[in-house]
Amino acid sequence: MLTINYFASLREEFGSSGEALALPEGVASVADLVNYLVRERDSAWSMLQDSSRVLVAVNQCVVERNHPLQGNEEVAFFPPMTGG
Amino acid sequence: MIRVQQEDFSVADLYTALREQSPNAGAIVTFTGLVREFYQGTGEGPRVQTLYLEHYPGMTEKALQDIVDQASERWEVIACQVIHRVGELEAGEQIVYVGVAGTHRGEAFAAAEFIMDYLKTRAPFWKRQQTDEGSGWIESRASDDEARSRWEK
Repeated sequence: MLTINYFASLREEFGSSGEALALPEGVASVADLVNYLVRERDSAWSMLQDSSRVLVAVNQCVVERNHPLQGNEEVAFFPPMTGG
Repeated sequence: MIRVQQEDFSVADLYTALREQSPNAGAIVTFTGLVREFYQGTGEGPRVQTLYLEHYPGMTEKALQDIVDQASERWEVIACQVIHRVGELEAGEQIVYVGVAGTHRGEAFAAAEFIMDYLKTRAPFWKRQQTDEGSGWIESRASDDEARSRWEK
């Protein structure tokens, strides 16, 4: 199973802090997962496609959209960080 | 030492601890970040009432450790402390602290500034502010990205 976390404005937009998801058929990368979520969910999810406003971490490291997924990772979507 | 916590902290106690664990230091630099009453600058824009800090438990600590490790590779850092608060904070409260003990002041200053510049754009913290005009998530600033990228040259 994938563990998916949503933070900050994304958590609020989706009304969810996360979910467990079995790797859908045909999903082999972060970009594939984004396409799957955008296709399967309501219009709020299309924001995931904007890579300048939504960052992705896999197993707690920020990655590019072409990062591969095996199906057992911890994936997180969040806006650019604003700490300090 | 890296800590992510809701509680406030005492810079005096942290300084004393850092000094005790760094007997050969020639310099200690400490930085404390505060919640500004006016996010955009003194008297400009809405007045901040509270700031809510969200983070990604687990990744936050790893990201901060990675930043400290990078600073330690680059400069002669003897010891280093990073504290970031989370949860709800009021205007004027302490939010972040960095303490660096180094052999010389130049290295301690540079390492502390490097850690802050990376922390702002690479550690998974997000701020939501409540002002007298409403509430909303704070957008990332291009100037913070520029501050970080100057270390990459």
